[in-house]
Formats: sequence, structure tokens, C-alpha cells
Amino acid sequence: MKKLAIVVLGGLALLGGAAALVWSLNLRDEVDVTAPAVPVAATPELIARGAYLARAGNCMTCHTTRGGTPYAGGYGIATPFGTVYASNLTPDEKTGIGSWSPAHFWRALHNGRSKDGRLLYPAFPYPDYTQVTRADSDAIYAYLRSLPAAAQPNRPHALRWPYSTQTALAVWRALYFNPGTYEADTGKSAEWNRGAYLVRGLGHCAACHTARNVMGASDIKLDLAGGLIPMQNWYAPSLASPVEAGVADWDAQHIVSLLRTGVSPRATAIGPMAEVVLHSTQHLSADDLGAMATFLKALPPASPNSGKASPKPTPVDPKFAARGAKLYQQHCVQCHGTQGQGVPGAYPPLAGNRAVTMPTAVNLVQFVLNGGYAPATAGNPRPFGMPPFVLVLSDSDIAAVLTHLRTSWGNQASPVSEFDVNRIRTGPG
Amino acid sequence: MKTSPSAFGRLLAALALAAAGPSGGAPFEDTMAQRALACTACHGKEGRAGPDGYYPRIAGKPAGYLYNQLLNFREARRNYALMTRMTDPLSDTYLMEIAQHFAALDLPYAAPPRPTAAAEVLRRGQELALKGDASRQIPACAQCHGQALTGVQPNTPGLLGLPRDYLNAQLGAWKTRQRRAHAPDCMAQIADQLTSDDVAAVSGWLASQALPANTKAVAALSAPLPIPCGSAPAPVPLGAQK
Repeated sequence: MKKLAIVVLGGLALLGGAAALVWSLNLRDEVDVTAPAVPVAATPELIARGAYLARAGNCMTCHTTRGGTPYAGGYGIATPFGTVYASNLTPDEKTGIGSWSPAHFWRALHNGRSKDGRLLYPAFPYPDYTQVTRADSDAIYAYLRSLPAAAQPNRPHALRWPYSTQTALAVWRALYFNPGTYEADTGKSAEWNRGAYLVRGLGHCAACHTARNVMGASDIKLDLAGGLIPMQNWYAPSLASPVEAGVADWDAQHIVSLLRTGVSPRATAIGPMAEVVLHSTQHLSADDLGAMATFLKALPPASPNSGKASPKPTPVDPKFAARGAKLYQQHCVQCHGTQGQGVPGAYPPLAGNRAVTMPTAVNLVQFVLNGGYAPATAGNPRPFGMPPFVLVLSDSDIAAVLTHLRTSWGNQASPVSEFDVNRIRTGPG
Repeated sequence: MKTSPSAFGRLLAALALAAAGPSGGAPFEDTMAQRALACTACHGKEGRAGPDGYYPRIAGKPAGYLYNQLLNFREARRNYALMTRMTDPLSDTYLMEIAQHFAALDLPYAAPPRPTAAAEVLRRGQELALKGDASRQIPACAQCHGQALTGVQPNTPGLLGLPRDYLNAQLGAWKTRQRRAHAPDCMAQIADQLTSDDVAAVSGWLASQALPANTKAVAALSAPLPIPCGSAPAPVPLGAQK
């Protein structure tokens, strides 16, 4: 009896200790929001800087529904744990951030905690935004406060238990979230540091380009080494791998061109990246894009997360190969050419294109099924497009033609199976 | 300066190479038609019906109407995943240019399919289309879409030459608000008044009508609109956008 009491008491003490640890870990580096506010004069310059930084953070894309009032929230972000709805960031007193102080806003960005003390879900990328400086946070705050107030109540998240609880979120944060502002690497140039600050912080590139574990946390050890975007079935290629989207050997101007216009001699932005270029990077200054290019070029090479490329070409069944070649002649050759050479400035080459040959073919399947355009940017206002083939070609047709692309004109990538295509056709996204 | 014949020959050969397309077939042209290949894959040069029978003809529709529909897809007032994905990365200005490209196409119409509905149903459809039903506040299609039902510039589409399934789906979508337009959404009000029998009758009749000799949208209506209809403002040129 006495033994049982000791075990129970010991267990409770352990639980209490763990809870206290989780509690304290969740309070690391938090600002005192009750301290008297240091006034920030919302000058036109500060508001303009805030608008620019909000573009760099691509805040509007998630905080606006399709066709809805900008920044009024309501957009649902699908996650493996349920849907998280973005909140109203307009200065409406009741439903937006009208009653928030600059300190409240900073605490949300830096610590992932809302004004009322609730912990925020990391679909809001505060694990990246935590690197943003207080001065930049204040500028974004000033900009958001300058917007017209929109009375639009926040929609409650639709998450499954236990993910719906603040306790689960507190444990998640204790395990995976570290607040901390960007610290300059004094061994690197100012330009590199500016690039690192933008890529790691507001740009939140890691939110897609770094793989997430089963708990939805980005594995920082595999920094920017590529990841399948949860629920979207697009693969954000590794920015550190020479066989994916690494840019170490690129001309810096080509990186800037891709981020500014959506097209470059080396690659074209499609799918989720087209959205990033359209709403965010095309609006950044030449200096900031140049800084990002400098940082990305210097990323240490790493093997991608999408699996290893096959060491030698896998033999393809000759009948399957012939079918792929025939379909290519029927549907692709008109734009992409007999040698997969494409048309410069309009249609990307398929020969030697890493988007074609990288280990995973999910993006290829997505684009052949659903088609799409490169983003219409100020630098490339009239992009060319790819037709959808979802109603024209069967899963095995698409597998055959993609296998043809991946094994022709010197390309030596693994074949694509009917199953690979079907998984994307029937899946979300 | 003197150009040797061989150099001239090489220049000609290079020009010929540049003019030929990447397939050696149709030459690549830096045109809107080239840019619209992603659209015509489903809508066809003349806007044929796709494998599932839902693709409307877009050639020759008023530019304002097409522009509004492209915006509606991008902004979720109409819902069709492929169209959303197509329009998502495109600017207002470019969508207007695409709309104007298709509006300017002047292509022949195919003969309408033989009607499958009963004569009584078709008669009811014709009555709704041309006379409406005053007792139920249903204006005639012709009151807004033009006496010949070929549309009115700049924002009202023609109703002929469309698949019956497409017309049914649109009126049904309006009833359930899966399809919407800028406020005031006149078609939503009208669709609310229509029973599903009305929808089937009017779609069946419209889909079976041949185009008149002049297939183009008229410049203006002779009488004012029976109810007000909303449209998007013309796009702000790129660069001036917020």
C-alpha cells in the first residue's frame, strides 16, 4: 500500500515536473506585454517599409481568402492534423488586431503567442518569423494598422484531438520551437547575412523547402534540403543539392531573375513557387534579391530528401518506352521539341532539366495532370502556359510519357509508374 | 560592306532554323494564340465540348464577360479546380488580354445537336427564353442576352452554341451559389425563381437552337435591363496594381 502511494506520488511529481518544464520552455524569451508601450511613430516611411516587409513575408497570401478582403483572414491551411484558419490582421477592434499593441504583435511573431495568451499553431510560420527583428516587426505592425478595418470574425480551427488542445501544442513547442532573433555571422559578408536573414526569417523558405517530421516540425538539421509540402502533393526541391534546385553554380543574376520574374535561363517557377514569386519575391528590391542569391549560392551542398538518384539507369520495358515516345510526339513535341530543347523564354527544355530528372516525379505529375502558367509578373507579364492532361491521358499514359522524358536526350532518371501518377491524381491538391 | 554568298546562305539557313518550330513543324510564334494553347487544349479552337461535355465555347464571347469569368475562377466565385489553377498566377491585365484574344476570334459554329427533350418541354423552354414568366418575376433570357440571344457588349454572353449539360450545370450552380458574379448577382436572383424543370426546359431548348446569320454580340440592348447586374471594373495596368 505504502509502495503504491510512493509510485503514485513519484509519478505525479514527475508529471508536475514535466508540465513545469513544458510551461517554462513555452515562456522562453517572451516580451513583457504589460510594460508601458514605447510609442512607435507610424510615419509614411515606416508604413511603406512595413508594406515591403509584409511582401517579403508573403503574409497576405495566407491571411486572405480567395476573392476576400485583403488581410481579413479566413483562409484555411490544410495540415495532416486538420485545418488551421488564418486570422484577421486588419485593425478591426473586435475581430482583427485593432486592440493589439506593438508588443502583442511582436510576441505573436517572435514567440507564437496571441494577444489573449493562447499559443499559436505553427502553420503560422513563427518558427521562421522568430528570427525577424523587433524593428521589422514594428514596421509590419504599423503597416497592418494602416489598412482599412474589416469586421470579419476569425474562424475556429478544425483540428483533430489531441492536436486541437493547447496542451499538445505546448508540448510540441517545448520539443520543436526555439525563439531567437537572427544573429549575424561575422565571418560572412553583410550581403550574405542580409540574405540569410530574409531566407530564414520573413521569407520562411524552410516552411516548404525543409522536410517535416511526423509531428509536422521542420528538421533543422536538413536545412533547405527539400521536402514534400504537406497536403499539397508538391515537392519543394532541395536548395542545397546540385541534382535538385541548388544554385551554387548559377549566375547570381539568374537567381535574381527567377525570384523577380518567375523565369530564368535555368528554371521556371511553377505551382506553389509561382505563388511565392507572384505575391512576394517579385516585389523585393534588387539588393535584397541579390543578397538572397548570395546566401543561397553559398549553401553547403547536401544530398536531397527526395531519395537517392538511381546509380545507373533502370532498364525500361521497350513497349512502355515506345508508347511514351509516341505520346510525346502527339502531345509534347510541338512546344518542347524533338530533342526536348524547348523554346527559350517560352517553353522550358526537358533535356538536362533538373525539374525533369530529380529523384521524385511528383511535380512533373502535378504539372502534366493539371497544367498551369508561370506567374504573370512585372518582369514577365505575359507568360506561356502548359495545358492540363487530366482528362486526356490515363495514369499509365502519363507514366509512359514521363518515363520517356526522364530517360531521353541524355536524361537518366528513374521511370515513373502508373501508381505514382494515380497517387497524385486521386490525392489532395 | 560585302557579304559573301556562303555567309548569306548560312544566314538564310539560320533564319529558316529560327523560324521553324522546335518540332520542325508549326513555327513558334510569339503571339497570344501561342500563349493560349493551355486554354485551347480543352476549349478547342472553336470551343468544343470536352470529353465530359462541360466545356463552353469561348471564341467570340464578349471580352468583358470572359474577363469577369476568369476573375470569378481566380477569386472562387466560380469553382472548377483546373480553371482556378490556370488563372491563379495571372494578373488582371493579362487575364483581360486573354479574354480579348478569345473575344476577337471569329470562327464558324457547328450545327446544334438534335434535341432529345419532348416537344412540350422544348415549347416551355422557348417560352421562358423569349418571353419569360411575368407571374413568377422571371425575365426572358432575351431581355438581357439580346433578342437573338447572341449576347450584348461588353459583359453579357450569348447563350447559343453551348452544350446542354454545360447550361444545366451553370443554372444549377447559380441556384446553389457554386457560381456567383459581382453584386448585384442578377443571375442568382433569376436562378432562384427557376424550378429544376424550368432549368432542364430552357437548357434543352437553348442547346438545340442554330445560330442566326449574325453570330456576334450586339452593341447595346434596345430596352433597359429588367434587373441590375454587377461586373468587375476594367483592370488596372500592371505596375499600377497594389
